Amino acid sequence: MKLTVNGTEHDVDVEDDMPLLWVLRDELNIKGVKYGCGVAQCGACTVHIDGEAVRSCQTAAADVWGEVTTIEGLGTPDAMHAVQSAWVEHQVAQCGYCQSGQIMQAAALLATNPAPTDADIDDAMNGNLCRCGTYPRIRAAVKTAATKLQEV
Amino acid sequence: MSRIGKIARRSFLVGSAAVVGGVAFGYYAYKRPVANPLLAGLAEGEAALTPYVKIDSTGITLITPRADSGQGAYHVQAALIAEELDVELDQVHVDPGMPDPAYYNTALSAEAAPFRSTDDGLVADTTRGIMDAMMKFMGLQITGGSTTVPDSFEKLRLAGAVARETLKAAAAQETGANVADLTTAKGAVILPGGGTLAYTELAATAATLDPVNNVTLRDPSTWRLVGKEMERIDILAKSTGTQRYGIDFEVEGMVHASVRTSPRRGAMNSYDATTARDMRGVIDVVELSDGVAVIADNTWRAMQAVNSIDIDWAPAAYPAEQAEHWQALSDSFNADQQDSRFRDDGDVDAALEGAEVIEAEYRAPYLAHAPLEPISALVQVSDDRADVWTGTQIPRFVQSNVAKLTGLDTDQVFVHVLVMGGSFGHRLEDRVVREATQIAMQIKGTPVKLTYSREEDTLQNDTRQIAMARGRGAVKDGRVEAYDLGIAMPSVIASQMGRQGMPTPGPDLQIVAGAWEQPMQIPNYRVTGYRAPELAPISSWRAVGASTNGFFHDVFLDELIHAAGADPMEERLRLCWHDASRKTLEAAAEMSGWGTDLGPNKGRGVAFCMSFGVPTAEVVEVSNVDGAIKIEKVWVAAEVGRVIDPINFENMVQGGINWALGHAMNSEITYSDGMADQRNYYDFEGMRLAQSPEIFVRGLENGDTVRGMGEPMVPPAAAALSNAIFAATGQRVREMPMAKHIDFV
Ligand code: FES
Ligand code: FES
Repeated sequence: MKLTVNGTEHDVDVEDDMPLLWVLRDELNIKGVKYGCGVAQCGACTVHIDGEAVRSCQTAAADVWGEVTTIEGLGTPDAMHAVQSAWVEHQVAQCGYCQSGQIMQAAALLATNPAPTDADIDDAMNGNLCRCGTYPRIRAAVKTAATKLQEV
Repeated sequence: MSRIGKIARRSFLVGSAAVVGGVAFGYYAYKRPVANPLLAGLAEGEAALTPYVKIDSTGITLITPRADSGQGAYHVQAALIAEELDVELDQVHVDPGMPDPAYYNTALSAEAAPFRSTDDGLVADTTRGIMDAMMKFMGLQITGGSTTVPDSFEKLRLAGAVARETLKAAAAQETGANVADLTTAKGAVILPGGGTLAYTELAATAATLDPVNNVTLRDPSTWRLVGKEMERIDILAKSTGTQRYGIDFEVEGMVHASVRTSPRRGAMNSYDATTARDMRGVIDVVELSDGVAVIADNTWRAMQAVNSIDIDWAPAAYPAEQAEHWQALSDSFNADQQDSRFRDDGDVDAALEGAEVIEAEYRAPYLAHAPLEPISALVQVSDDRADVWTGTQIPRFVQSNVAKLTGLDTDQVFVHVLVMGGSFGHRLEDRVVREATQIAMQIKGTPVKLTYSREEDTLQNDTRQIAMARGRGAVKDGRVEAYDLGIAMPSVIASQMGRQGMPTPGPDLQIVAGAWEQPMQIPNYRVTGYRAPELAPISSWRAVGASTNGFFHDVFLDELIHAAGADPMEERLRLCWHDASRKTLEAAAEMSGWGTDLGPNKGRGVAFCMSFGVPTAEVVEVSNVDGAIKIEKVWVAAEVGRVIDPINFENMVQGGINWALGHAMNSEITYSDGMADQRNYYDFEGMRLAQSPEIFVRGLENGDTVRGMGEPMVPPAAAALSNAIFAATGQRVREMPMAKHIDFV
């Protein structure tokens, strides 16, 4: 089947029900997307499909309905997305393992809601677990990213 | 007198060695102090040589042997070397190095000796010194016990300074300049005329020189990096998805594996893998000593196949049902099972005789570590070599266990430590490596990456200890007069070290850690540890014994203070004799506005615990929203001697508070039919963003000893929460998870 990831089209030969997460990680070697729980409980595997945040561990390869963007496609160390630079500015990461998913979730939130309230942030980000507990910085970085995005 | 001060006065011999195309610095020999007769029995020849700085024509590499599970350990170690070496953090590579006995952890042993961190007497320091020597002997390159900072603080700066001075000597030799006229900055020696010579250009000459050993460490007032806000060396990678973790690591020709071993932690009776063998991508099904693994061409296919196997598991060696575990603890409060009574001041029995005795019982459950990255290990075994790539806190144990399993010599086993997506103590165990090695031995030559599913990770977790405490006390004239606390738990250290085949004679200090050594002056004060029988496998979980005991000790104190009618802050301050500890309480009081009116349906609780040598005071503020508790704010004041990096410090402490409060509210591991009832984050979630409070942190720098802060924020947090709930509602919550007794927003 054909999959477009970060602007590149790939032809992959996988079972229809292989989760997108594992297609990305093991078949396409895109490792920024993380496995944490496999059952939509942690958000580490969050990617965008046509701009919408989805849990790639719960999206079957055959069901992918649009273009996939992973953290690598959002921005790069040399050309970061505003959300990523806000994450650097606040030094959010501890172990960092959850942060790809946090950033993808935050980017999708800000794309539809440019000025989220505290309650909006709580709602949108609550499904993204951070076992290191970096939540104070996640909240602050989402707000900084919102400001950055409004400036551009 | 501080331990760091003593170490500094022991002789360090720092050396250098030529390496391919350059020089490695910071070899040092750690010699026993000749003057101390109590240490005279130690063997000579314990000098350990170890590199911390490598320079060749292509670049500068700093070796950071303490593992980084997310707390910024690589960053802190690199900053300490860079401070004296005069390099910028973006000019260097950081490499954890190979396991080596030379990287033994000095600070960990200081916590293993049964002396209070507040006790600087001769006997205490001497015993800590003996423990140092034992650690060195065993070569424990362990990351744990919040020891990275204390262990590295002096050593790594010395290594940087020696390298700098030797590079200056090399520059002097090459240019004929006088060393006194040379300075250094940004990875280069600056010549008198203003010209520069990069360290990389000087490496070859430096390798031929005797290292310059008579260095003086710089005065803290001149530090460029340490104590200043820095950008963590890994922050860019961790914000762009480019950081590689153990689970991401790949080598040429690698295959994937997934495993199931007994959820009852015992034997496998039989299995039927007929379906699995025919599934797409499956290469082989292999039997392990206590389970079965599938080798496949993709992680998901391996997991799907292993889950399709029908397995009959033998019964557990420990009680099958949770109620029996609690019963075993309850039955342990007796003289035969008494493990320690390090604290016994005044006459508790006499003081309680005839007094109105206040009694309470507390419980703390088993808890999983559940770092977000499930554990994994990549192992390749051939006839004369084994390679292990994994995120581990115990590389030396891994090396020797793989050697034992494969029959290779330890120097034929290469352990490559990879970045970890969290640990919290989880990666102090190495079963994943042992299993991956067993699998790799069955397809020799092929690298195998074993990845646990989240469910397997939860079922095979060696959890935090289960614990129970019973308090009896009395008050008199508005003061706490008698305090008697008994704590029962199985021995964490015996369970953990038992899996490494190491005996652990004597009392287990962790049974009473966070309780017996508190700097409180209660006229009649006793803390007794009772050793429960071995139950389910347990291991070090962030803050170890103190994670449960800090809760028990302080909540019971709070109950007595309320019974005495005293103010919780004032009475703790009155009871606390240790100046540095009092200052943390005063700081927490000031930060939180202790004593000001909060209005209705709100409450504040304070708690204090000294653990890992760090006095830590915390205040929690909660509100009562229609009968459900919301944690609003938390204030933390901790005495750490010195804060190496203020940003990382704050982040780590805030994270530790979320860790402690999330589990205290929501989480437990329980057993039915010999298996953990929990499988994944839907039934073990800890803290999520919406419940997480505002957290204010202050690191105090009054002490003369540098301490690590990876764990000490944990023990007081649940106690402060329980005390705050009492203040807001009048309900005393004595058991975790607290959600069993009260609702949270
Ligand atoms: S791995 Fe997909 S939500 Fe956890
Ligand atoms: S930073 Fe470690 S899980 Fe979020």
